Amino acid sequence: MTDDQVRRTLDAVWRIEGARIVAGIARIVGDVGLAEELAQDVLVVALQQWPRDGVPDAPGPWLRATAKHRAIDVVRRRARYAEKLAVLGADTAERDRTDELVDDLDDHIGDDLLRLMFTAAHPVLSTESRVALTLRLLGGLSTDEIARAFLIPEATAAQRIVRAKRTLATNGVEFSMPTPAETAERLGAVLGVLYLVFNEGYAATSGTDWMRPSLCREAMRLGRVLAGLLPDEPEVLGLLALMELQASRLPARTDASGRPVLLDDQDRRRWDRLLIRRGLAALERAESLGGGRYTVQAAIAACHARALSAADTDWTRIGALYEVLAYIHPSPVVRLNQAVAVGKAGNPSRGLTIADALAAELRRYPQFPAVRGELLAQLGRTAEAAAAFRRAAELTRNDGERALFELRAAVLESGS
Amino acid sequence: MRYLTLLRGTHSTTPPPPELMAAIMALGEEATKSGSLLDTSGLAPSAAGARVSLSAGELTTTDGPFAESKEVISYAIYEVNAKEEAVEWASRFLKVHRDLWPGWEGDVDVLKLFGPEDFPAP
Repeated sequence: MTDDQVRRTLDAVWRIEGARIVAGIARIVGDVGLAEELAQDVLVVALQQWPRDGVPDAPGPWLRATAKHRAIDVVRRRARYAEKLAVLGADTAERDRTDELVDDLDDHIGDDLLRLMFTAAHPVLSTESRVALTLRLLGGLSTDEIARAFLIPEATAAQRIVRAKRTLATNGVEFSMPTPAETAERLGAVLGVLYLVFNEGYAATSGTDWMRPSLCREAMRLGRVLAGLLPDEPEVLGLLALMELQASRLPARTDASGRPVLLDDQDRRRWDRLLIRRGLAALERAESLGGGRYTVQAAIAACHARALSAADTDWTRIGALYEVLAYIHPSPVVRLNQAVAVGKAGNPSRGLTIADALAAELRRYPQFPAVRGELLAQLGRTAEAAAAFRRAAELTRNDGERALFELRAAVLESGS
Repeated sequence: MRYLTLLRGTHSTTPPPPELMAAIMALGEEATKSGSLLDTSGLAPSAAGARVSLSAGELTTTDGPFAESKEVISYAIYEVNAKEEAVEWASRFLKVHRDLWPGWEGDVDVLKLFGPEDFPAP
């Protein structure tokens, strides 16, 4: 193997093992920032030894064993320091802790990874720090990759990670599982980070940098890891289903020249059947476990995934699901989507009633007049519909969207 | 990016050792929990299948078994960031065969599925 091949093999093995190694070290040393630095040391050792001695037959266990030794060295050094202090009257609690922690890293992989996820998405951190730290510690992304993914300077990304580690340290956040009372909120924070990462990638319909769309894949991968760790949590499966079902449409969401294609106009033969099948299976399990807001959103996405053509879409069911979603997660945008579904299900006057109730809240939201325009057009109130689309065109900041709204208005005004 | 792996092995008159089957299940679980393994299945012997061929404008259907010296035993689909990652999983599967079924020989074809990265936006 050339050095370059060794390097690429190490990268591949690290992608499989990295998060577990960081998590295992963090349990021993009790600090994720330090754990990440020690994990980097392990990489350096491998980079020195593997090209010389060859890639180990079992590279994963090799990396874990090396990591364990590094971590234990650190803890022993601390213990010796504590002993010296003890002579001077300080306590020796640190030393007692050492022995119980020195098990094989393999014994705790699941719990360690889960702790790492909860810690990286800890509520003491800002949302952007949670995202950066999760991608760094769990996704193994470099600072440069995080920067490119979020269209920020590398220094900003580096700063977010440094600040996040410092915040965890200064707030005395322990590398531990949340208490049962905290679990729901803390799990919600983890899911929130994953969905944010996914949407950041999903919103990037164009752009030349491959890092942005790859955020969708990374969020799904972490969702699968989490589903492996918590197989009976309905919302973990609900979010995974939602991401897989939405991502199944990625290949059809842009045309050959990179322009966005609306759902109704997409070539459904290009939808990713493997992701649809996986998403539907995860959804079924999430629903059987009780579901939640992500599960309901996944159920809506599933209505589209199941429809072989836009005309086959079960809009009645989508409308009913939005009603449920508006109940468990109230939001005017959810209500507006419900209005669209009710209209498409053949009841535009009821859709208009639902939409009109949102006038105050969505005054500046371009989709609001656009939805009203659609419903008014369905009802044959052409002049009002055209005026609504004109209003939508005024409000939007997106050039492509404005052109679309103006075209709709012009067609309605010409009476054709 | 996605890779399809096809495991081929020599015909065997004895069933695989139960320890090997257990190790394969454990490895499959690990690959699933790492978020990489999207789909996999073992394949029945080609005697249970058929081959449809087109040659010189003529379609013919032949029942298995196929004449190849090795049978395709299983397939897997991985979502990974680099070919080396799929190669690593394939190597791990062959290593458990090596360690738990002496004498068995086989190979894994690691094939890339076309993805958006193969058709860059203009």
